[in-house]
Amino acid sequence: MTDTKNQKLGNKIPRTSALEQDPEERSKNFQEVCLGYTPAMAQLEASRCLLCKKPKCVLGCPVRVAIPDFIKLVSEGDFIGAARKVKEANSLPAVTGRVCPQEDQCEKHCVVGLKGEPVAIGKLERFVADYERVHGKEALEKVADPTGKKIAIVGAGPAGLSAAADLAKRGHEVVIFEALHKPGGVLFYGIPEFRLPKEILEAELDYLERLGIKIKVNYVIGKIKTLDELMKEDNFDAVFIGTGAGLPYFLDIPGENLNGVYSANEFLTRVNLMHAWEFPVFDTPVHAHKIVAVVGGGNTALDAARTALRLPTVEKVKLIYRRSRDELPARIEEVEHAEAEGIEFHYLVSPVAIKGENGWTTSIQCVQMELGEPDESGRRHAHAKEDSEVFIETDAVVIALGSGVNPLISKSSSELKTDSKGHIEVADPDVNLTSKKGVFAGGDIVTGAATVISAMGAGRKAAKGIHDYVMSLTK
Amino acid sequence: MFKILEKDNLAPQVFRYVVEAPEIANKAEAGQFVIIRIDETGERIPITICDANRKSGTLTFFVQAVGKTSIEMSLMQVGDSILDVVGPLGNQSEIERFGTVVLVGGGFGIAAIHPIAQALSNTGNKTISILGARTKELILLENEMKNVSSEVRIATDDGSYGSKGFVTDILKEMIQNNVVIDRVISIGPLVMMKAVADLTRQYEIPTFASLNPIMIDGTGMCGACRVTVGNEMKFACVDGPEFDAHQVDFEGLLNRLGSYLPEEKESKERYLKETPAPCQLEPVSNI
Ligand SMILES: Cc1cc2nc3c(=O)[nH]c(=O)nc-3n(C[C@H](O)[C@H](O)[C@H](O)COP(=O)(O)OP(=O)(O)OC[C@H]3O[C@@H](n4cnc5c(N)ncnc54)[C@H](O)[C@@H]3O)c2cc1C
Ligand code: SF4
Ligand code: FES
Repeated sequence: MTDTKNQKLGNKIPRTSALEQDPEERSKNFQEVCLGYTPAMAQLEASRCLLCKKPKCVLGCPVRVAIPDFIKLVSEGDFIGAARKVKEANSLPAVTGRVCPQEDQCEKHCVVGLKGEPVAIGKLERFVADYERVHGKEALEKVADPTGKKIAIVGAGPAGLSAAADLAKRGHEVVIFEALHKPGGVLFYGIPEFRLPKEILEAELDYLERLGIKIKVNYVIGKIKTLDELMKEDNFDAVFIGTGAGLPYFLDIPGENLNGVYSANEFLTRVNLMHAWEFPVFDTPVHAHKIVAVVGGGNTALDAARTALRLPTVEKVKLIYRRSRDELPARIEEVEHAEAEGIEFHYLVSPVAIKGENGWTTSIQCVQMELGEPDESGRRHAHAKEDSEVFIETDAVVIALGSGVNPLISKSSSELKTDSKGHIEVADPDVNLTSKKGVFAGGDIVTGAATVISAMGAGRKAAKGIHDYVMSLTK
Repeated sequence: MFKILEKDNLAPQVFRYVVEAPEIANKAEAGQFVIIRIDETGERIPITICDANRKSGTLTFFVQAVGKTSIEMSLMQVGDSILDVVGPLGNQSEIERFGTVVLVGGGFGIAAIHPIAQALSNTGNKTISILGARTKELILLENEMKNVSSEVRIATDDGSYGSKGFVTDILKEMIQNNVVIDRVISIGPLVMMKAVADLTRQYEIPTFASLNPIMIDGTGMCGACRVTVGNEMKFACVDGPEFDAHQVDFEGLLNRLGSYLPEEKESKERYLKETPAPCQLEPVSNI
């Protein structure tokens, strides 16, 4: 094998493609699509990094992973060292290596990408995290001496989990309250197995529990306990709210209550959280549809479409998007995977009604759209063409238009300020402190639906703020 | 894990459970519900809280053994534990001094209306309860309802108890006899709640119905529980479960409740086949 150490090859060699399950095969199973790198492939790809002194990629990373430093360790063959390096800034690298939109973040800024393809930072991150999980020794990070402070985390999504990890490492007693029966947030109920195997998430959760964090499932805060009760009766010194953006939007068109119409959250929750794909071994079903149409173009839409394709009775999946391929907000890797798997893309159409017979969906009535010139933000506005009706045949419609925030908590506490859309407002954005004393917030509940890594970044930021806050309290 | 402390068989296929759940019991109010999942492969089903005892830290609820999960529940014994119980969910019933409130409970819905009758009667309302069922043995909690009502009227479809006919016949007769009614609350089969709403609409009596759509999370995340109320989409788990019955699109809800009937049937048949002689259960429709 050639020596890969610190070669700085850049575009002298092509970007290393990761191994993937065959599209024909994978469109019928729920196993992971991308199989990642072998050690030799990882070292080869690492040798493309120029190890920039002022790395642009790091500026594109919301949590500022020391990218060239870890890539250098990969090229030297110190994979465990590389994983530890990543973990200094990112507590869930096996997750983010799989789900981050790297093409809009670190890789977008990579200088090698200026004249060719950027270094595959995401695939390298995933590789080192997986390598460490399998080969690493139980090297729990050092946990500081107990501080005697108690912190409650509401919501076990990426924001809550990363805040919890940081706080536990600083010696605080941390309890996470999660509404569902499984922790993970969108990572569990939303993102499907074939993109993020549950086993990986569980390994990460296991790590958190070994840090001493308690996770209490089946606790809907705002219902079983209010924020005040957590602080006054249960003696938590501070609370972090990371309850996400879980309220599904519907289209507000006729026919949405027909059978066969789902929000993406319902569809994905049935399959991921409730294992509907293993019905009847698991009790929760998803109806035996033949054709499924998914409305939307983001990650959620693609996840729903590719999930539908893998259900045993589904023969065809159609994705309905009002703009064109270039405007699809989903990660490009997911789009390519979906195309290879045979999802039918219907561009420039927008639903105006769902039609049905005997209470069941039979088609979607759409109008054709045209794209205008890009506006200031660079986004091309879509508008309907006159008399351009089309009917798309389907027996199920999955609506994936994004989601708003769940008002359960803010409704239960009047001191918590929210904006007009219900997002919790942060009074001090440096530490994500809310308008209520001792209460911090971060992730989708503050920003609206965003990304896993930005939620984690917010969790870390709040953890720092919470640490300073509780340490300043005199008991 | 939530331990079953008591279990009784109150009527054919109707079971009452008392379950240890101190934190939920501490918060639960009339009209709220929990979502339970009995084991790792189980589904999440909503169940009305029929009593919450803060002192003993227990919840009482009723289960009618009609589907796979509820039949499985009916086989669980005192000492067994339910894997997940989450709640209290939904809004509590509006409890105020309204004057005269008529509570219409149909079959299994009587269990759910009892705590509301109790809270209303404790608040100084005159409570008149109309209880209905197919036949005498399905009239639940008659004595308990008597304790919290100034009057209890009963109707059975087959005339085996009370008057023969529907609860709406009694309600109509009361209205025609000029009984002043300030509010009606109905809980029971959808067709019954719809019939009550259609009747009281004519007389403009404020009427509320507690809806029971299919639910998954119970926190407003999935939208499975959506119902149309006054032409607006509402999520029963967070906006309800009680709604202005005159505004509810009952037909839409009935249609959606039927969306998983084939799968529910498959699941139940498979379960009954695999489980040695659970009990002699007859099919009963709960919608
Ligand atoms: C299908 C789908 C695919 C996605 N794909 C990607 C992707 O590829 N890459 C990417 O970067 N991002 C992706 N996203 C977005 C990303 O998942 C979210 O931005 C991120 O998960 C937000 O994290 P969070 O911690 O703020 O909230 P969430 O992950 O939503 O977690 C919130 C948690 O709080 C719990 N909760 C809510 N209310 C309460 C309460 N009252 N009490 C207790 N607990 C409560 C919820 O049950 C949930 O577990 C995707 C989103 C979806 C839906
Ligand atoms: S910008 Fe690209 S080449 Fe430079 S350090 Fe980052 S990954 Fe390596
Ligand atoms: S049950 Fe999911 S939103 Fe109501």
